[in-house]
Amino acid sequence: MAANGYEDVVKGDDAVPALEVQPQELYHAKSFWTRYIFCQDAKVIAVQYSLTAIAIGLVGLVSSWLIRMQIAYPGVIPMDASAYYQLVTMHGMIMVIYLLTALFLGGFGNYLIPLMVGARDMVFPYVNMLSYWVFLLAVLILVASYFVPGGPTGAGWTLYPPQAITSGTPGSGLGIILMIVSLAVFVVGFTMGGLNYVITTLQARTRGMTLMRLPLTVWGIFVATVLALFAFPALLVAGIMMLLDNILGTSFFMPAILEAGLGEQMAYDGGSPILFQHLFWFFGHPEVYIVALPAFGIVSDLISVHARKNIFGYRMMVWAIVIIGFLSFIVWAHHMYVAGMNPWFGFFFATTTLIIAIPTALKVYNWVLTLWRGNIQLTVPMLFAIGFLITFTNGGLTGLFLGNVIVDVPLSDTYFVVAHFHMVMGIAPVLVVYGAIYHWFPLITGRFLNNRLGKIHFWITFLGSYSIYFPMHYLGFMGVTRRYFEVFEGEAFPVSIVGINQFITIAALVTGFAQLVFFYNLIVSVKHGDKAEKNPWKACSLEWQTTEMPPGHGNFEKELPIVHRWAYDFSVPGANEDYIPQNISPSEVSNAQAEKT
Amino acid sequence: MIVPIVILLVILGSVAFHFWSPWWWSEVASNWGNIDSTILLTFWVTGVVFVAVGLFVAFCVWKYRYNKDRTADYEPENARLEWILTILTALGVIALLTPGLIVWNKFVTVPDDVYEIEVLGYQWGWGFRLPGQDGILGTTDINNINDENMFGLNTDDPHSFDDILIDGDELHILLNQPLKVNLRSLDVLHDFYVPQFRAKMDMIPGMITSYWFTPIKTGSFEILCAEYCGTAHYAMLGTVLVDEKDDYDEWLNEQMTFKETLALNKNNDLIKVASKND
Repeated sequence: MAANGYEDVVKGDDAVPALEVQPQELYHAKSFWTRYIFCQDAKVIAVQYSLTAIAIGLVGLVSSWLIRMQIAYPGVIPMDASAYYQLVTMHGMIMVIYLLTALFLGGFGNYLIPLMVGARDMVFPYVNMLSYWVFLLAVLILVASYFVPGGPTGAGWTLYPPQAITSGTPGSGLGIILMIVSLAVFVVGFTMGGLNYVITTLQARTRGMTLMRLPLTVWGIFVATVLALFAFPALLVAGIMMLLDNILGTSFFMPAILEAGLGEQMAYDGGSPILFQHLFWFFGHPEVYIVALPAFGIVSDLISVHARKNIFGYRMMVWAIVIIGFLSFIVWAHHMYVAGMNPWFGFFFATTTLIIAIPTALKVYNWVLTLWRGNIQLTVPMLFAIGFLITFTNGGLTGLFLGNVIVDVPLSDTYFVVAHFHMVMGIAPVLVVYGAIYHWFPLITGRFLNNRLGKIHFWITFLGSYSIYFPMHYLGFMGVTRRYFEVFEGEAFPVSIVGINQFITIAALVTGFAQLVFFYNLIVSVKHGDKAEKNPWKACSLEWQTTEMPPGHGNFEKELPIVHRWAYDFSVPGANEDYIPQNISPSEVSNAQAEKT
Repeated sequence: MIVPIVILLVILGSVAFHFWSPWWWSEVASNWGNIDSTILLTFWVTGVVFVAVGLFVAFCVWKYRYNKDRTADYEPENARLEWILTILTALGVIALLTPGLIVWNKFVTVPDDVYEIEVLGYQWGWGFRLPGQDGILGTTDINNINDENMFGLNTDDPHSFDDILIDGDELHILLNQPLKVNLRSLDVLHDFYVPQFRAKMDMIPGMITSYWFTPIKTGSFEILCAEYCGTAHYAMLGTVLVDEKDDYDEWLNEQMTFKETLALNKNNDLIKVASKND
């Protein structure tokens, strides 16, 4: 056994490490207001974050329906080019920042980190509460930009100058200003939460919970938060500099240019639009992993629990998360291969980008190898995890096209890119979000979501979204450029693209409306779902080992749990049950076996 | 039972769509056919991985479906297997990256015998400038731009006056002549993209970007702006016609030089400067 080298990770031990840090005093809410509204309990903050993110996410979802209608059935829903570009911009911004980032870190991070590491709450509960309210303010500012003269910005979610602040772009007045202010406020709010997630993971783990015993969910959220704390400042400064260019007439990003439509020369000189792109993507690429790493972590746990088998290659999975996190900071310019930067950068960034494929591929292998010789329960969370495996593999592989600089040249700025990033950082993480909600809903509410509705929701969502994005890659091969208000029938394309676009739109509408099934399920099941017994999935990690379910104030009763093993002791040979929770010591296991015999 | 079958159908359907759907690129009309080859190579490598992973998942879901009388294997790690997979993946990455970088090196290495022209983008339209008889493009400055000097040519640069200016969205180029397009923007980002040529590059105000290609097929091709540039981005279209020598010369003779456009505008001061340079 010793020769395996991994025994220090997986071997349970009876030792009870000394208490290094005295448990901190919890804040006890006294009124309805402090218990449910201005609440300092991470579990409530998590729900607040999630509901807010989902609410604004619905705006993003409806935007996508309108965008698809315009592409395939122009005129059915009347809109002009300005409105179209505003929809496209807001859809992207909302989905990436206000939905996915907020949901994974503010939502799942808040709920799961303290419970999974065996803490009573986040280490700075008051700051944690502020984090949510600042996030809500950012969302409200974003919403306000819909109602100012000129409407929200239509600069595309990348907000590239000069067009983001010049008159040829919709929303170049108050719209772009509010957008940047909202992002800045978001970054402030996120930083408050992010410090909590990182420090809680590092400092508030219960006795015996070594870093290499953490569930991969915590690893994914932890590393993603570290990335976000490094990446968001780049967005913040880029935003502030552009705001100065816009309001005070500085020229950080603005060279000497003409006003739109060959107008007068503007009062700018000497700035660099490419500088903005570097800053933006220094944030923007890690942002992809800020969304992906929590999904990687969560899906690892879903697969392991529902296949009744330990996650394969745990240590490799941890290192892969860390390495991907590091590499994600030195690949940003692969978004800029055709942006006019020095072409020699292409060699460097293509190499780093393709290297990142290696740890990512290993994660995929380890997920599917976890299924190998498992005992796979096709529960709804497991179905979503399987859907993730297919869509993520697809989306990850198309990244090898775009990362390889010369292949990116024809495909950049086409629908291939749109298809790729929706598959890999839209659909794949969203499938994990759904899997996670079906998985942890009993923990949060004490009730199951309806299984039949869950399966209907899964099949339409998985097959529908695959039908949207798989064919879309082929539009990219034909050279169909993205962000076109009218998809015309030009000489550029060998075959008509009308039919395929109509197919994609119908698939998108069906998939979109199927989400209503989910929302119905969510609302009805809170009150009327089947009651869940404790630890219904028979999982090993600590969040299911609380005395009460749903876990009460302070998460655990009098004593914090003491951890004796990793989070993946499923189907251990010789054990009575097919799982051994993290807080069960080896002697308890052998005693239990002795009693049985 | 239904889950593995659907996964199988998704995988097979994807492969079938790839081979039999009508939506595929138009034939390449430039020397960048090796970009297509690199894409096809990438397709084979990634396609095999995609099918393998998908089939493996389908197999596992079918073979190891839940049975309460069976327990799963207990195997936390397998260092040997993980190393083998790491090395295989690394080999796959090298197989993609090496040809990719070789072609990229060609793409960024401009041959000596290229003919240089300028493509100008603005909100929302195109302009083109050819170097004229001296074969050299005159220098430009955005501060020079006015009604008579849309390209902003420097009038103290002797190379400026014979430059051929095309204020419109139709460009003719000569078959089989290596061409370097110098890209300039007057306002925001644009991108000069012709799908059949496969190449593209953003146009950045305040600097000049470029790429090169050799047209290898005659015909008319559509120019698309490929970088979002504001409200009328989608309408920023143009046409490139690749001509045989005779057609090209005929078209070229009809175009006006900078000096001729000045004469048309009766700008006598500048014409004097131009004549002095002759």
